[in-house]
Amino acid sequence: MHELAICQALIEQVERVARDHDAQRVLSVVISVGPLSGVEPKLLEHAYPLAAAGTVAEFASLVVETEPVRVRCRTCQAETDALPNRLVCAQCGDWQVDVTSGEQMLLKRVEIETAEAPVH
Amino acid sequence: MCRDCGCSLGPTATRAPLAAHHPAPAGRPAGHVESIEVITAILDENDRVAAHNRQHFDEHRLLALNLMSSPGSGKTSLLESTIKALAGELRIAVIEGDLATENDADRIRSCGVPAVQITTGNACHLDAQMVHDALHDLPLAGLDILFVENVGNLVCPASFDLGVHRNITLLSVPEGDDKPAKYPVMFRGADLALITKTDLLAYIEEFKPERARASLRQVGYAGQVIELTKRGGEGFLAWLAWLRAESAAQRQRATNGG
Repeated sequence: MHELAICQALIEQVERVARDHDAQRVLSVVISVGPLSGVEPKLLEHAYPLAAAGTVAEFASLVVETEPVRVRCRTCQAETDALPNRLVCAQCGDWQVDVTSGEQMLLKRVEIETAEAPVH
Repeated sequence: MCRDCGCSLGPTATRAPLAAHHPAPAGRPAGHVESIEVITAILDENDRVAAHNRQHFDEHRLLALNLMSSPGSGKTSLLESTIKALAGELRIAVIEGDLATENDADRIRSCGVPAVQITTGNACHLDAQMVHDALHDLPLAGLDILFVENVGNLVCPASFDLGVHRNITLLSVPEGDDKPAKYPVMFRGADLALITKTDLLAYIEEFKPERARASLRQVGYAGQVIELTKRGGEGFLAWLAWLRAESAAQRQRATNGG
């Protein structure tokens, strides 16, 4: 259950964004998680309120977007979907593939509320 | 402030202070709503500390290795035999990660090399900051190899870069040859895979080394696989040869400035 540690790291980043933009509160946090990052989205959602408690993001909703596992074959060059424990080319079956999607764990977007419209 | 290296990292991970504004309960936003595009790795801070650790290792021209596996797959035993086999040849130190007890560090110290025990409480993995803190209790000067023995766990340690040069994952014969398929993230991230306790192959017919190798390939592991037992033999010698080669390569890299 390392998802709490990951949520704490996430909240620190969200707090930094909130500070930099003079946010009064954070409304939503959008992250993207690939199956090969080793993190379980459901467990992240459970851990998030614990990490967010008492912070500027306490009442923010967490939106977890999952990215698919995709591989590009070094032999036939096809880019296909794959399973985390079967990283092989769906076209020709070769295991010499490069993962093109599914490894990352990113903070993508933070929606905040500020006191008033910024002066341009 | 880090006393020994002068870096800005504190000895313990400090949480950023809470934002000054008190959050209002959920409801209709009263002020101006803005959407901020960010796109950063969630473990950005861990990765930054990991890079800092790597800098320490490179300055001391030492090779840092992270050992990961299930509990009981033979990490500490392998370290004991390795330290004995390389005594007088390569200078070794060990950082031990466990939830509780000094047992493993005591075992390593009784082999005559320095060891620091990190007890994580209930944390299921080591992170870069824990390793950084432990580095301050360890004399790095003159070392050739620093082993970090991670918490026995095939899931969580895979997500945290510690700043080591190589990740080594152990799979012991009693665990079964399908472990890579069950824990793909851990095994695909390895730089070296070791099949340990091969002296038990005679008793555990269910484990087929070729099936374990096929399972490793399917999760995208394309590196070397060494089958060994701590009691010696061809595989153990191959492991020592790998360590010698990696240590020499690291000295060369550090001398050339990366």
